[in-house]
Amino acid sequence: MNETRFKRIKDLPSTHLLGTGTPMCAGCGGLQAINDIYDVLGEKTVFINAAGCMTLLSIYPFTPFRGSWLYTAMASAPAGAQGVRDALDILLEKKKITPDENLTTVVLTGDGSAYGMGLSATSAAIDRNLDFLYICYDNEGYGNTGQQSSSATPHGARTSTSTGSLGYPGFKKDLFAIWAAHKPAYVATVIGAEPLDLARKIEKAARMTGPRFIISLAPCPTGWGFDPKDTSYVGNLAVKSGVWPLKEYIDGKVVHTKTPAIRVPVEDYLLSQGRFSHLFEPTRNDGLINEIQNKVDAYWADIT
Amino acid sequence: MTSERKLLTGNGAAAWGARLAGADYIPAFPITPQTEIIETLSRWIDHGDMAAKLVILESEHSMITAAGAAASTGVRTFTATSSQGLLYGMEMIYTVAGWRAPFVLVNVSRALASPVTLEPDHNDVLAARDSGFLQIHCATCQEVLDATLIAYRLGEDPRVRLPVIVNEDGFYLSFTREPVTLPDSNAAKEFVGEFDAGNIQFRASSPTSQAVAVLGGSPYSYFRYENHLAAENALTVFDEICTEFAQRFDRHYDAIESYQLEDADYAFFMMGCFATKAKAAVDSLREAGWRIGLLQPRLLRPYPAEKIRQALAGKKGVAVIDQNLSMGKGGILHSELASILYGHLDAPSILCSFIGGLGGRDIAPEEFFEIAKLLKQAADIGITPAPRLIYTADELRQIRKLQAIAQVERTELNNKS
Repeated sequence: MNETRFKRIKDLPSTHLLGTGTPMCAGCGGLQAINDIYDVLGEKTVFINAAGCMTLLSIYPFTPFRGSWLYTAMASAPAGAQGVRDALDILLEKKKITPDENLTTVVLTGDGSAYGMGLSATSAAIDRNLDFLYICYDNEGYGNTGQQSSSATPHGARTSTSTGSLGYPGFKKDLFAIWAAHKPAYVATVIGAEPLDLARKIEKAARMTGPRFIISLAPCPTGWGFDPKDTSYVGNLAVKSGVWPLKEYIDGKVVHTKTPAIRVPVEDYLLSQGRFSHLFEPTRNDGLINEIQNKVDAYWADIT
Repeated sequence: MTSERKLLTGNGAAAWGARLAGADYIPAFPITPQTEIIETLSRWIDHGDMAAKLVILESEHSMITAAGAAASTGVRTFTATSSQGLLYGMEMIYTVAGWRAPFVLVNVSRALASPVTLEPDHNDVLAARDSGFLQIHCATCQEVLDATLIAYRLGEDPRVRLPVIVNEDGFYLSFTREPVTLPDSNAAKEFVGEFDAGNIQFRASSPTSQAVAVLGGSPYSYFRYENHLAAENALTVFDEICTEFAQRFDRHYDAIESYQLEDADYAFFMMGCFATKAKAAVDSLREAGWRIGLLQPRLLRPYPAEKIRQALAGKKGVAVIDQNLSMGKGGILHSELASILYGHLDAPSILCSFIGGLGGRDIAPEEFFEIAKLLKQAADIGITPAPRLIYTADELRQIRKLQAIAQVERTELNNKS
């Protein structure tokens, strides 16, 4: 049962379940991840969405999903999942539907909802041990409204509300740790640029019950300032530089699933995106670049 | 059929309504004065008297989301709130109405902050007026129970398919015991019937996208108009359901409640349980020779405009007593009534506006008599007086006392520091 069906890249599904022609931006790192996630989860799912970029996936009368969808609001997608899950359980228990009509409840939100407005609803869903899978596509800002700073925005990044020479003054919130502190069944970080790692984690999560969480870093060409063809390149650099650790929380332990043997300088990652260009031009801000590098080094110093 | 008579609070009656309607799912969140409803339901569920699932959410916003989501999956859902809770969930009140998934929410009216208080008026439920929820307003504990059963039929009717708010006034009704006839549970079950969710569902074999976005004003307008027209359909459907209800249970409800109105020259116009105070005033005034009555809208959404027009046709004057206040405008019921009477030849020419009963402030019999006097004077001279905010000189004196105490204490503190 714990044996993965994704041993190597060629084991990944070669045809995608999610329809094409969505209004997402070219090179959307969130959509890249959702494509791969949907292939593993399949169509016996109901996606419960909070306000964000992905809300535009389903615009009347079109949807790229072969399964079901419910749009709620920005703060309460986990409560929507609670209602759908409880209703399906009631219908199953009262034998008003057969087990083959059952659906997996999947919450889909951006970082704006997950890290901020929806955090209380998420915390409470874990308290109630809600059987659901939460997918956060994290493009590190309020992307759908033009990349304003959110509590997922990394230190120093330029956003449309942090346009000064030092960028965003805050620090990216550790949502993985916050979720894991609730002791849910599963928490994992993924990225579309690492599809094998992603597929294995989704496969693992799909086999479990209880509250399960996936945070996918979602490189965002429009919000981060890079060419849409470079989404995977930027994503790979996020992993190789150690900025985005791939890990999972399971059975009370945090395990890193891909530890870079030699980490590339964070500078390489920063240089790949326009949102950090003010760190290099017109003059190089070594202080801030080093501060960011040191944070990453400090994180990995504790990882054995 | 065996019905039982019990002494029940308004909250107890609401809980019985949910139980007899066979609600399967109850997302809940505590708030005064509503809490007794969910505690009662919870106790029944815990002791095996009711086969339902009750879940405590972390907010009313989440609670109403869960209620709408469960209804959208095809399960009969009940929930309840009050005041700040209704406002905290207001984004979802508007949102889930558009999902066209029926469920029943009992609102136990309580005045809104600021200042924060516990006793009732109608500004909370009137904030949901334009949401797409239907609204039934109750004046007795019996009505709370019966309206809950009727609300399921109404909301679930294929011509309507909308969530329904059943409103009862906090404290005056929620905590007041009245004799209530409990319908036999089988008879209630037969009346409400099974929830036929139709295509409102999430099933593996029939994937559905619900509550999706639209682009542009045209599809948006279409769905909003649909919602409005469905709400209007509820007028006819309500009448049909109430006719059947009367046949089964021998209790008669109409979209409007008239009292001593037929031969009356003058009328009070009021909503909720304070209307029973107006009834008592009508009795006293009638004894003193007045030809006066009461009109009480039971259905606020949809608004029974035609019935109200007919009931008030030919009256000399109507005094609307609003237990709510739209700041900078006045009474909401007054505005609504004026809008449907204007331009109709046989409409009362005098429509007086009074604001009273805010935050549970009583309206005394003498005040009703004074209102009647002012109404008659206005009709006699043919001039509509300015709206009145009901408040007595004695009340003002009491407030001045409190202010004086506050001032003395402030001075004392300032002297110490």
